[in-house]
Amino acid sequence: MEQRGSIEKSPLTTLKVALVGNPNSGKSTLFNALTGMNQRTGNFPGVTVDKKTGYAKHNPGKGAGLTEIQFIDLPGTYSLYPKSLDEQVTFDVLCDPANGDYPDCTVVIADASNIKRNLFLVTQLIELRRPVILVLNMKDVMEQRGITINLEKLRSHLEIPILYTNARKKEGVDELLKTLTEPVPLSSQIFFTKKPDPALLEDLTQILPVTGSYAVWQILNNYKHYTGLKPEVKKRIEALLKKYSFDPTAFQANESVVRFHSIGIIVADSVEEKSKSSKTVTKRIDEVLTHHIWGYVIFLVVLFLLFQSIFFLAAYPMEWLESLFVGISKWSSAHLPTGELSALFVNGILAGLSGVVVFVPQIALLFAFIAILEDTGYMARVSFIMDKMMRKFGLNGKSVIPLISGVACAVPAIMSARTIGNWKERMITILVTPLMSCSARLPVYTLLISLVVPPDKKLIFFNMQGLILMAMYLIGFTAALFSAWIMKFILKAKEKSYFIMEMPVYQTPKWSSVFYTIYEKVKVFLFEAGKVIVAISVILWMLSSHAPGKRMEEIDRKYASSTHAMPGTDLEPKKAAEKLEASYAGVIGKWIEPVIRPLGYDWKIGISLITSFAAREVFVGTMATIYSVGDKENSRSIREKMIDEKDPVTGKKVYSLAVAISLMIFYAFAMQCMSTVAVVYRETKSWKWPLIQFCYMGVLAYAASFAVYHILK
Amino acid sequence: MPLSAHNLSQLKIGQIGIIDSFTDPIMSLKLLEMGCTPGERVQLVKVAPMGDPIAITVSGYMLSLRKAEASTVLIHLLAS
Repeated sequence: MEQRGSIEKSPLTTLKVALVGNPNSGKSTLFNALTGMNQRTGNFPGVTVDKKTGYAKHNPGKGAGLTEIQFIDLPGTYSLYPKSLDEQVTFDVLCDPANGDYPDCTVVIADASNIKRNLFLVTQLIELRRPVILVLNMKDVMEQRGITINLEKLRSHLEIPILYTNARKKEGVDELLKTLTEPVPLSSQIFFTKKPDPALLEDLTQILPVTGSYAVWQILNNYKHYTGLKPEVKKRIEALLKKYSFDPTAFQANESVVRFHSIGIIVADSVEEKSKSSKTVTKRIDEVLTHHIWGYVIFLVVLFLLFQSIFFLAAYPMEWLESLFVGISKWSSAHLPTGELSALFVNGILAGLSGVVVFVPQIALLFAFIAILEDTGYMARVSFIMDKMMRKFGLNGKSVIPLISGVACAVPAIMSARTIGNWKERMITILVTPLMSCSARLPVYTLLISLVVPPDKKLIFFNMQGLILMAMYLIGFTAALFSAWIMKFILKAKEKSYFIMEMPVYQTPKWSSVFYTIYEKVKVFLFEAGKVIVAISVILWMLSSHAPGKRMEEIDRKYASSTHAMPGTDLEPKKAAEKLEASYAGVIGKWIEPVIRPLGYDWKIGISLITSFAAREVFVGTMATIYSVGDKENSRSIREKMIDEKDPVTGKKVYSLAVAISLMIFYAFAMQCMSTVAVVYRETKSWKWPLIQFCYMGVLAYAASFAVYHILK
Repeated sequence: MPLSAHNLSQLKIGQIGIIDSFTDPIMSLKLLEMGCTPGERVQLVKVAPMGDPIAITVSGYMLSLRKAEASTVLIHLLAS
């Protein structure tokens, strides 16, 4: 179709394209290959499902003008029937013309080595009667298995454009862009030959906003959750279903059988499988990785390596960053004019920033590890060997993925619990996942461990600091399992639990997607968490450098006269400490001190505990700010300052082993994360669950820290 | 040649069966869209270390499911 009047307007046309496909079909890799760095992650309105959008530009030449293509990476799904929130999003975007993301064209990515199952979704999409392009990915795996696909025959059966890509090597990407800018023909093929009662269909077409009988039928099956319908329309559908005594379950089962029958005919005609090698590489690897002993040994070794390397490999860049910030603060203190603004910059903003940036190496490494474990297909094996054990704790083999991801961050981890179809198992997973030690606790643990354990201390030949860190992760994991086991008896099951999961073939990790994961997570940490941390640092600096009434001036006057009296003694640190105690922050810290004294904490730690309820990693920034206030030269790192911190009454070190461990236990168990509270609310759609979670974790944290402090004291 | 009626959870490693029907309508929807359709060949390839879940190959890929779910799938056992 020619568009008129386009010459006067901008020559740039924008196309909206949705990427859909089965999980493990290489969809995200293709999305990265298509859009490169031009991508961003947001949310679909109303739900916390990640919405990844990206842009690509294509110039077909011949003066046709530049086409900008917007890609939406939709959550992976096996069919159009939504069984989870993730799949609901995919369904809403593809079936609701009023949806803001309703695509001009849908690109469906299929695993070429597993064409039969993948064609199920493809043929469903074709019958929605919107433009569809089929991309066959993983051609190398297909060839290894001796499978050949006759593209000409497949095209004649489906009547849509079909092309090969190798997303890992960026092959076929340009061809796909070119195909997208050309008109995409609509297929007239019918794969689901049996239709519901024509009279029912006729009645429905009049009240539904879509055209095409298959789309009507799809909405009929999912109308309860479908966002594009008004409540009164839903009621009318309900009445119609009764009138025609229509059973959606039986109908859906029938559709699956009929559809796979049609697909079977297509596959028999266009796909050839030559050799059936009984021992594939995947099978051989599986013999080891799911072995009844080696499987578990290897899983533990993988976890062990993960934590040791986070501590070891990250130590060097962290040291450089630490000294870089000490250097900047020193230089700034020496060269900036003295005054409120410079103090705010050095002791508020810089101190807060260093608390964020220093932990980037650890977070990058952690997410790299998790991305590699997911990409290779190993995570599915872990779920497989763990399912029976997890079930004893009221969880599901699939809970292992949220629990392990919880080691990075509870927010995406809780969202990934959506793959668990059973309500009770999903709920327990959501409730206990924040007990897994997330990357935000890492800075807290790292700092506290370094205060009480010398870096060169070894147990046999393992680094002692690394071992304690691993112990913290194990404590979190044990607490999560124990809490899950208790909840198993409290929560009531709503439906049967199930565990039906694809075991993907093993693949070498896609380094580019590992890189994109690191880039995305570090960016989110730096900007999202960083914003909060820097803001809190500035507020803290204000609170800790100002006092009610004229207390600060009084202290200044007192010391001005006493220095005169005792020449030669440096009273500056004492004065700074007195000022902090008199400040607003000191007042608040003192106010909660009676509650936290039994755990071994003083009012300075009290301030950090309060600010940490925004996010745990704020602890380090708070400590940095508190100990920077009054330090004129800024020549020592925050760690050195904390080691030297003495109790004003007893003269003993504040950060004794008992206090450090008690504090680590508190951070391990307490729900100190606003983002997690928010995500649990959105995932469970009620305040009841986040509230329960906040309370049980708080009680656990207080009791455990109390016990630990009094045992070690 | 089909020999006798069994359910999927009764297969031994390496044995092959042909899917006949399902006993649980809700469970069947999940299995059907994963390619477990009547007439399809399934082979038991793996049993998890603690005896459950199991892994089968069906329409060219590996699928894992629990024994309780497998017992809702009725099959004809093929002589191996």
